Amino acid sequence: MPSLKELRGRITGVKSTRKITNAMKMVAASKLRRAQSQAEAARPYAEAMGRMMAELAAASRGSDVSSLPKLLGGTGKDQVHLVVILTSDRGLAGGFNANIVRSARQLIRTLQDEGRTVRLLPVGRKGADILAKEYPDLVVERVAGTEGRDVGFDKAEYVGKKIVSMLEAGEIDRCTLIYNRFVNAMSQIAIQLPLVPLSVAENDNVDTSADAAQYEFEPDEATLLANLLPRNLQVQIFSALLESAAGEQGARMTAMDNASRNASKAIDRLSQKYNRTRQANITNELIEIISGAEAV
Amino acid sequence: MPLRIEIVSPEKRLVDRQVDMAVVPGMEGDIAAMPDRAPLMLQLRGGVVALYEGDKIVDRYFVGGGFADMGAEHCTILADSAQLMSELSADEARDRLRDLETTWAQIEPNDVDTHDRLSREIQSVRAELEAAGGDASV
Repeated sequence: MPSLKELRGRITGVKSTRKITNAMKMVAASKLRRAQSQAEAARPYAEAMGRMMAELAAASRGSDVSSLPKLLGGTGKDQVHLVVILTSDRGLAGGFNANIVRSARQLIRTLQDEGRTVRLLPVGRKGADILAKEYPDLVVERVAGTEGRDVGFDKAEYVGKKIVSMLEAGEIDRCTLIYNRFVNAMSQIAIQLPLVPLSVAENDNVDTSADAAQYEFEPDEATLLANLLPRNLQVQIFSALLESAAGEQGARMTAMDNASRNASKAIDRLSQKYNRTRQANITNELIEIISGAEAV
Repeated sequence: MPLRIEIVSPEKRLVDRQVDMAVVPGMEGDIAAMPDRAPLMLQLRGGVVALYEGDKIVDRYFVGGGFADMGAEHCTILADSAQLMSELSADEARDRLRDLETTWAQIEPNDVDTHDRLSREIQSVRAELEAAGGDASV
């Protein structure tokens, strides 16, 4: 039986833990709102970009695959896969990072079983730490995450340029992005999105009406496409970064809410134990006094 | 006013309104978007987008390159970066120009792609500096 003093200490300890988890929950909730409105604000650009991509891809359809830019048509090979993995920089977000790493591990194993070479580009510290330990030879570069701040487009730009330069140098043939898609604060789904070669069918808001077909292009389609494709890649990465940031805050909010609730339960249990012990002590003392008096 | 103009940057939508005409800085020269024009997809250089109501310019935005999608009733500008003209800062642009020119001096002469990209960036920043009222010949 722990002493009263010990119990008191533990209750105070759990109480301060609850204070921290509660505060973290509040912070995550407000950051989630921010992240969501940021994602909302970025949507028009991504949508307009998707429309233009669909137009251009339709205009250049029918041309030989080898004449298409590598970003759209691929390199014609299927040997080296680059896997870009978006995780958070901080933990305490429930299964947020574990989910992604599990999905990545699965993909890596499948690809390796098929005899392909896999390379990894982890964005965000948590995933990078785990993957660098498991697959130290595969990691190309570690890119720092956003550290809980707002996601800037420059991050997406950097990752996009990195992928393009590796593709142009012939170091990779394909590229897949793994990130958490934000569903709601309770759940995020790990998504594997193929980036290279680009699947234009992904853009579901394609306007295929007749008047959309007669576009003029300036400069010509090929130049425009060559310039638009890297941008489109960056936009896809950017929206994944935003989704992931919102997902992280959502996951953290839920995790901290659970932690606070658990702490409350633990406090109740400990308080009850404390009161019982105190009562038992009093009863013991009384028995001692009474039996002492009777003995006289 | 039947032409709907949108200026969007990756981070947010800056403009979404009806105007009579918009003049956008195309790669090969300025192009006006007017109602009932044939659909056109256009690459932009760094320059000024002017929005017209009647014959008067009501707003000017600086875009640092990007793409435009014009149609009979709309003109969507996908800007790499965009700013209201009155919010441009000449000093900040001058600093960036200086940085770019330092990089320019350091790159390999054979690296055509980087040259290409840098020269486009430098042009864009020069245009921005000019638009902000600074002297571009630093």
